[in-house]
Amino acid sequence: MEDKSKQLVQQIAEMQEDDAVKLAREMLDSGYDPVKLLGHCREAMEIVGKRYAEGEYFLPELMLAGEMLKSIGEMAKPLIKQDESSAKTAGTVLIGTVQGDLHDIGKNIVTFMLEINGYKVVDLGIDVPVANFVESIKEHKPQVVGLSGFLTLAFDAMKNTVEAIREAGLRENIKIMIGGGQVDETVKNYTGADAFGLNAMDAVSLCKQWVPA
Amino acid sequence: MSSSTSVSSLSALYEQRQKRLMDAIELRQPDRLPTILFSHFWTAHYAGMTCREAMYDYERLAAAVKKAVVDLEPDAYQPVHALVAFGPTMDILEYKQLEWPGHKGLAEDVGYQYLDAQYMAPDEYEDYLLDPTGFMLHRYLPRVAGALEPLSELPQYPGVLHTRIIQSMEAYARPAVRQALETLIRAGEEMQKMRTVQSRLIQELQDLGFPVASHGTTHAPFDVAADYLRGSKGAMLDLFRNKDKLLSLMDRLTVLIPRTGIASVKAVGGNMVFIPLHWGLDGFMSPKQFTTFFWPQFQKVLLTLIEAGIYPHVLWEGDCTSRLEVIKDVPSGKCVYFFERTDLGKAKQALRGTVCIRGNVPASTLITGTVSDVRECCKKLFETAGDGGGFILDGSVGIPDEAKPENVLAMYEAAKECVY
Repeated sequence: MEDKSKQLVQQIAEMQEDDAVKLAREMLDSGYDPVKLLGHCREAMEIVGKRYAEGEYFLPELMLAGEMLKSIGEMAKPLIKQDESSAKTAGTVLIGTVQGDLHDIGKNIVTFMLEINGYKVVDLGIDVPVANFVESIKEHKPQVVGLSGFLTLAFDAMKNTVEAIREAGLRENIKIMIGGGQVDETVKNYTGADAFGLNAMDAVSLCKQWVPA
Repeated sequence: MSSSTSVSSLSALYEQRQKRLMDAIELRQPDRLPTILFSHFWTAHYAGMTCREAMYDYERLAAAVKKAVVDLEPDAYQPVHALVAFGPTMDILEYKQLEWPGHKGLAEDVGYQYLDAQYMAPDEYEDYLLDPTGFMLHRYLPRVAGALEPLSELPQYPGVLHTRIIQSMEAYARPAVRQALETLIRAGEEMQKMRTVQSRLIQELQDLGFPVASHGTTHAPFDVAADYLRGSKGAMLDLFRNKDKLLSLMDRLTVLIPRTGIASVKAVGGNMVFIPLHWGLDGFMSPKQFTTFFWPQFQKVLLTLIEAGIYPHVLWEGDCTSRLEVIKDVPSGKCVYFFERTDLGKAKQALRGTVCIRGNVPASTLITGTVSDVRECCKKLFETAGDGGGFILDGSVGIPDEAKPENVLAMYEAAKECVY
C-alpha cells in the first residue's frame, strides 16, 4: 500500500487525472484509511503549490489539481467519521469580491491556494456589500480579510469596505490584503489596506507572514 | 477666420493627426507623441451621465463623446457607442451573457460585466467542428439570448435540399419562430438607430479634425474558446482533458475570426482593428502552453489581418513581459501592442523596430493620483518608450471609468509637450 500511496501522490502532482482518480477509488475499495488518503492528497497539493510558486505550474494545473482533489474528496469523505475529519487549520481568511464587481476567477484561485496551505477560507462570493464583510468578520473572527476586484470601480468599493471595518472597531485585530486586476501600491495606499498581491502566491506569502502555520 | 479657412484648417488638423498616428504605427518618428482616447464609460461620466444612461441614450452619449474629444484633443479616438450603447437591444434580446447597470440589481452607475460560464459543453466540440454556423445558430444564440430560443427550431440546412428547401419554410411560420424573427427585426432596428447616431458622430468629429482609431473589434482564438464557448474553468481543464479537440476548434477559429474581422472593418471603409486579449498574460498559462495554445493561432490571425491591409491594435491585458520575445515575431510597422502592466522599457527593448507600443498610464494614477503625478508619469513613459517614435500614449486599459477629469486632461496635455 505504501507504493500505491506514493504513486497516488505522484499521479496527482504530475496531473494524471484519470490514473489518480482510479487509483484512489481502488485504494478506498480495498479498505485504505480515507483520512490517510486525504493526507496523501494534501501532500500532492503541497508539491503542486510549490511548483506553482516556482513558476513551473500555472493556473490550468491549479484548476486541474482542484478538480482531482474534489473528485477524490467526494469519494473519501462519506467514509470518514465526523470527529476524524476536523483538521487543525493555520488560521481563518475571509475573502470576497467587493461590491459592484462580479469577477471571481482570481478570488477562487486565491481561495484554493490558501486552503491547500492549511488556511480555513470563508468565501463570501462576488458583489459583496460592505455590511456583509463587517458582519462576517464578527461571526468568523478571521485573522486576514482578502478583498478581490477586477474592475477599477473596485478601488472605491475596497476603500469603503476597509473604512467600514475600521468604523466597526474591527480593523486593529485583522490584516487586510487586496488583489486583482489593476491593484498596485497606489491603490493599496488609497484603500487603506495592509498589502496588495499580484497573484495567488502573494496571498499565501502574506498570510504566512501574518499568521504563521 | 472665414468658414472656408476654418474648414480647411480643420481638415489640415485631421491630416496632421492621422499622419502623427501612422508615423508612430509604421515606426517613423512623428513630430510629437501621439495619443488615442479609449474609454468605456469615462466620457459619459465626464459629461455627468451614469453608465446606465450611456448604454441607453445614444444622443446624449454622442454629445458626451464629442465634448470629451474636443476638450482632450487626442490624435484619434475609439468610437464609444460600439463599446457601450446596446442597452435597449439587450433588453429586446433578453441577453444573458452580460450583467449591466440598472438590470437585475446591478447599480445604475456601474459598468457592464461579462458573465463567465460554460456556453458550450465538452461533448459539443464535435458538433461545433462539424458545423460551426449551425452550432451558433441552433445552440449558441438560443443560450445567450432568451428571445432567440426558438431559433433552435430552424431547419438544419446541410441535410435539407431540393424540394425539402421549399417544404422547410413551414418552420418560419411556427408561432415561437415567428416571434423570434420579429424580435430579430426589432433588435436590428434598434441597432440601426444606434449605428446612425454613431456614424453621424464619427462624421462630425472627422469634420472637426479627429480620426478614428478603431473600425471594429476581433479576438484571439484561445480567448474565444475560453471566454465565449467553454468558460474559463472549462478551457483550462481542456488543456489536459480535451487537448486535441481544443486545438482543432482553434484551427477553425484561426480561419473564421479574421474572416469576420476583415469583413466588419472593410464594411466601414476602415483599416484599424482592436483586439483585446484576456488569456495571454504571464502567470495564466505556462510558456509552453502559451506557445501551444495561444500564440501560434493568434499570430496567424494577426498575419491574415495584416495581409488584408488592416492594422491590429492588440490590447495585451495584464503583465506580458515574459511573452515579449515570443510575440515580437510579426511584420515590422504593421501592429500596435497596447500594454496594460507590461514593463514598457523591456517592451521597447524587445519590440524596437518591429511593433509600435501603446500605453500605459496606470489606472491607479488616473483615478487616485494628482495632476503632477500624471504629468510625471507621461514624461517618464515618453522617455522610456518614445525613443525614435513607435509609441502612442494611452491609459493602461484606456481611460478608466472613475478617472479624475483633471488627471485625464493633464495626460493629453502632457503628450503635446513630448516633442521629438
